[in-house]
Amino acid sequence: MPTDASISADERIKSESFTTRMMKRPELGAIGGVILVTVFFLITADSAMFTLSGIMNFMTPAAQLGILGIAAAMLMIGGEFDLSIGSMVAFAGMIFGVFTVNLGLPLIVAIPFTLAFAAAIGAVNGMIVIRTGLPSFIVTLAGLFILRGASLVGLKLFTGGSTQLRGVRDAVEGDMLAPIFSGEAFGFLFSWLAQMGLIETFKSGAPKVPGIPVEILWFIALALVATYVLLRTSAGNWIFATGGDSNAAKNSGVPVTRVKISLFMLTAMAAALVAIITVIDAGSTDARRGFMKEFEAIITAVIGGCLLTGGYGSAIGAFFGAIIFGMVTIGLTYTNFDQDWFQVFLGGMLLLAVVFNNVIRKRVTGER
Amino acid sequence: MTAPIIHMENIKKHFGNVIALNGVTFDVTPGECHCLLGDNGAGKSTFIKTMSGVHKPTDGTISFEGKPLSFNSPRDAMEAGIATVFQDLAMIPLMSVTRNFFMGREPQKGSGIFKRFDVERANEICMEEMRKMGINLRAPDQAVGTLSGGERQTVAIARAVYFGAKVLILDEPTSALGVRQTSNVLSTIARVREQGVGVVFISHNVRHAMAVGDRFTVLNRGQTLGTAAKGEITSAELQDLMAGGQELAQLEGSLGGTI
Repeated sequence: MPTDASISADERIKSESFTTRMMKRPELGAIGGVILVTVFFLITADSAMFTLSGIMNFMTPAAQLGILGIAAAMLMIGGEFDLSIGSMVAFAGMIFGVFTVNLGLPLIVAIPFTLAFAAAIGAVNGMIVIRTGLPSFIVTLAGLFILRGASLVGLKLFTGGSTQLRGVRDAVEGDMLAPIFSGEAFGFLFSWLAQMGLIETFKSGAPKVPGIPVEILWFIALALVATYVLLRTSAGNWIFATGGDSNAAKNSGVPVTRVKISLFMLTAMAAALVAIITVIDAGSTDARRGFMKEFEAIITAVIGGCLLTGGYGSAIGAFFGAIIFGMVTIGLTYTNFDQDWFQVFLGGMLLLAVVFNNVIRKRVTGER
Repeated sequence: MTAPIIHMENIKKHFGNVIALNGVTFDVTPGECHCLLGDNGAGKSTFIKTMSGVHKPTDGTISFEGKPLSFNSPRDAMEAGIATVFQDLAMIPLMSVTRNFFMGREPQKGSGIFKRFDVERANEICMEEMRKMGINLRAPDQAVGTLSGGERQTVAIARAVYFGAKVLILDEPTSALGVRQTSNVLSTIARVREQGVGVVFISHNVRHAMAVGDRFTVLNRGQTLGTAAKGEITSAELQDLMAGGQELAQLEGSLGGTI
């Protein structure tokens, strides 16, 4: 039996430096990426990119993608994929359009029903994955086509032949819930700041940025809640455990089935939330909405440090991953580069992130 | 001798026309280490799965703390105080020691929607419990993947003991370990036994069993060949029994009439 002295200091373990400790955080790659991309655009882009309005410009698409990306990250930590979320945006957009325009329901009814509808489809996805034991990749790939097709057919059905459903803006005009899901928040603050001369204004004296687009607030709130749940609740521990080894988790009393189905419902609801926000914003919905978003969301999660095998990752990482995405998409328009470099950049970023994550995983688990 | 915590009498288990267990009698008393020895295919796994509630016996009785009992699920057995550390250990390498330790049974603080995983307390308990087992963690957020096989085994044992195991079933805990790690695990078993937990130690390594065992039961072809206390049997005899190379008549003599 070792004595206290011998166990209190094990000479074979070197003490860890601050950098080594930081190297083990899953979100490190994404934060490094944000710094890199910021430096890149500070050098190459027009200075307008980092003004207040420029920041809002790239944060808005980042937020829309980030809401999906954070949900996708949580599902990936739980060990599953959902390729149907892009199509789900179109489908939920259609459902929402039909509720508000065709049925004329107020938002207080239309929004919960849209979310519930999406959650139900998410639960079905989850149940198929669990019952059949098939990889979620293939099950939700089917969902990708089914929902996209159903959106096309459904839109034609409800509009009498068009693949676009218009009139959402008129339908929600004046609804008391509309400000929570559309437009800009904290307008009063921004006009006050404009009066004080602290932010840029137009000649009329109105601020150039009328407020913070609501999706940015949803994005930040979701990132905070997701991080709290993952790191500070039992549910978070169950998500990591389920993704790490679902059999071991089950043997230790983790309700694996419930965790997975809830996560599928979460991603579907995140897609529905993005649909609601963007449809109100655009005033119409069409069948191409959310196209390719499933892949962008997964890329966001991977840049954010999620392992494809599950059990590891972070919501904050996905948050920064989405910001990188937004900066690159919008940032290139501020530079002299051809904007289509965007996809090349994206692919490169993904490759780099996967390689980097692999190294990190080996460090964490001490594999040699 | 104190009364057994769990007593299993003449347990039989059939899977269709395969007779996996054909009359196994086994008991464990508090603070003893009862070794269950047997070669591959002897029925060790089936037997411990019956004991831990995974299988229901086809025939035979189980009494727990003197009362007849029938487990419907592993959860029932766990709640009664029978903890099993299977070979895969139910550990997740990417997760920290603390998160693994409390997996599925996280300590809570706060209430309502503010109910949360009390990470600070969990870390403290985890460090303390591991220290009791003779392992000083670098940090409670150290990933289990960085631990050696023996240390992982110890985490699994410490976890079972912390959550109130009265009977601890260890399924071949030393089979994949090196010499030094094996001795660490064996000394952990000794410590657990001192705390009054009844340990069921499954192994096919006689030397490991002899090092910590108080009593030895040999299982062969689904039947118990007999139970012997420490000192009544030599390791060579146990080895022969496991291999089934001796006739029962000879066994009776060597076991001193304990069959």
